Amino acid sequence: MSEAIVDVRGLTVEFPGPPPVRAVGGVDLTLVPGEVLALLGESGSGKSVTLRALMRLLPKRAAIGGTIRVDARDVRQMGAAELSAYRGSTIAMIFQEPGLAFDPVYSVGDQIAEAVVRHEGAAWAQGRRRALELFERVRIPSAARRLDSYPHEMSGGMRQRAMIALALSCRPKVLLADEPTTALDATVQIQILLLLRELQRELGLAVIFVTHDIGVATEIADRIAVMYAGRIVETGSCRAVIRACAHPYTQGLLASRAGQAFERGGRLQAIPGAPPDLSRLMPGCAFAPRCAKVRDACRSGLPAELPVGPGHVARCVLLQKEPVASLSSV
Amino acid sequence: MSAILEASGAAPERDRGGPAQPLLSVTGLVKHFGGRRDWSGKRRGMVRAVDGVDLEIFKGETLGIVGESGCGKSTTARLVMQIIRPDRGEILFDGEAVGSPALGLQDYRRETQMVFQDSYASLNPRLTVEHTIAFGPWVHGEGRRAAVARAHDLLARVGLAPERFAARYPHELSGGQRQRVNIARALALQPRLLILDEAVSALDKSVEAQVLNLLLDLKAEFGLTYMFISHDLNVVRFMSDRVMVMYLGKAVEVGPSDVILKDPRHPYTTALLASMPSMDPDNRTEEAPLFGDPPNPIDPPPGCRFHTRCKFAAPVCSAREPGLGADLGDDLVHRVACHMADPSSGHPGAVAAMERP
Repeated sequence: MSEAIVDVRGLTVEFPGPPPVRAVGGVDLTLVPGEVLALLGESGSGKSVTLRALMRLLPKRAAIGGTIRVDARDVRQMGAAELSAYRGSTIAMIFQEPGLAFDPVYSVGDQIAEAVVRHEGAAWAQGRRRALELFERVRIPSAARRLDSYPHEMSGGMRQRAMIALALSCRPKVLLADEPTTALDATVQIQILLLLRELQRELGLAVIFVTHDIGVATEIADRIAVMYAGRIVETGSCRAVIRACAHPYTQGLLASRAGQAFERGGRLQAIPGAPPDLSRLMPGCAFAPRCAKVRDACRSGLPAELPVGPGHVARCVLLQKEPVASLSSV
Repeated sequence: MSAILEASGAAPERDRGGPAQPLLSVTGLVKHFGGRRDWSGKRRGMVRAVDGVDLEIFKGETLGIVGESGCGKSTTARLVMQIIRPDRGEILFDGEAVGSPALGLQDYRRETQMVFQDSYASLNPRLTVEHTIAFGPWVHGEGRRAAVARAHDLLARVGLAPERFAARYPHELSGGQRQRVNIARALALQPRLLILDEAVSALDKSVEAQVLNLLLDLKAEFGLTYMFISHDLNVVRFMSDRVMVMYLGKAVEVGPSDVILKDPRHPYTTALLASMPSMDPDNRTEEAPLFGDPPNPIDPPPGCRFHTRCKFAAPVCSAREPGLGADLGDDLVHRVACHMADPSSGHPGAVAAMERP
């Protein structure tokens, strides 16, 4: 196995109160070059905050703990100059709403050229040439003409393609994608997913892909990490998590998909309750209040990461080998 | 408390036309927005949001409407609800024309209610949950006390304990709870038709399943009819008896949901189904079924509106617009607006398509 390019240990992010909100409560992540990891979770599970912490995009008031190492550098210790060199050329990000991520008053081609000039000290003409190459690469029709378009003149799918072109303009090693297909129509979403997969393979990018949609994660990921209430509750290869998930939350997510109900008029197996309030987290497993298989041990302490299969771990006391009786007496 | 609803909400005597008459029947619905007249007086730059839609919803069924953004599904819902006035077209509710002396708008709106996508924006932030729900019945002439009692009863039925939730404001609720309040409010006037416009789209998946189950329960309990709009084919498949697929302001395929989602006949429906992410890690999608974005509904392409993205497009497709053709189904009505389904259209693929088993 090659050296990890992203190595996150014990990441915590807390936003000051009142009441303080612990958005991320101890996340460990590793990513090797050329690997696609999907962070799967519902709103408020901390997946986007984790991503922003990697990019150092969180507001100053957020209290961050743990270590974040990307490309063998400590991201938390970076100064302003180092940080601006790091963003773009080592790590780049694409967002859910490209209409908001672009500057509305400059043409898209100029924004890409600016990034290239700023990061690589290239001449303006060279930046524009790179922008054109990238536009052709992400298959924007009539690329040369489209370089002079403003963001509002493009359709949603084309804006997302342009966003990907911008993110790739300085040849990053790691691409962070924050729900990049959520705002798109179904027929456009699949095009963007296929494009990302193709670019990732050709450029050997490491990708962290945040999504709430299991189907999207299945289409794109090598590994899936399922997040709940600021922690990763299960990690494993895409195949293992989809076929043999071990955590009750993952099982519930898979069972509650409307596509699972083959019989119309039948009922969906919904997970009861709602995601917890992150400002009032109880000790123990955060999923315990909604879990059908809850026992006393779940509420007493945070479950350890336990192996399910090769490279497949989950945080659930049910995976412990000891007999169940001894668990409830803890 | 539930006696209040049962006493006043008895459905049978409100049913005028009998079970064979559609609850809602819409013909030739048209809504265009904006546009300017050029020197010759022709309107240009006009958004043809809904451009001649016919639909029927039978009593007790769920009609699902699917399509991508800009296909006119939400505009259709708003036109049916009379939130915006149609340019043309007729809406019959249980045999009576909406807005006619026999069925005035106020009476119609008691029979038809709507739930929107954004659960927060559709609630008044300054009203408590119980007042939000009680407001409709009160405006329609019910006593204050009775209206609040009904609100409490409805809250219980949508799964929110009235003693905990009645006095709360919308910001004190989660998204799923707010959508339950919206559903309770829609039911407060005991409507017969409920229009659900992307009502579960903004919810988290685990909460979405709860609300879908609730909608099924309420439908059975109150004998409701649903018009269920969503972009998510899985959800539509789960909820609907019949499905209408829309593309750029037109219906392209209508039929029983089992048939349409298993054996689609319109190339657009086929592409939409193939665009759903695969749930099998060993069998991922390898080729995008369509290229490009849906075209703009401003000045849509001539002929069949899908021909610009359709891989079966023939000259006839850009020349002539296909209508929703004759029934293809064996026993249930399945209609499709595609030249390939019409042997007399002159489309080279028409014969091959007809010979399918």
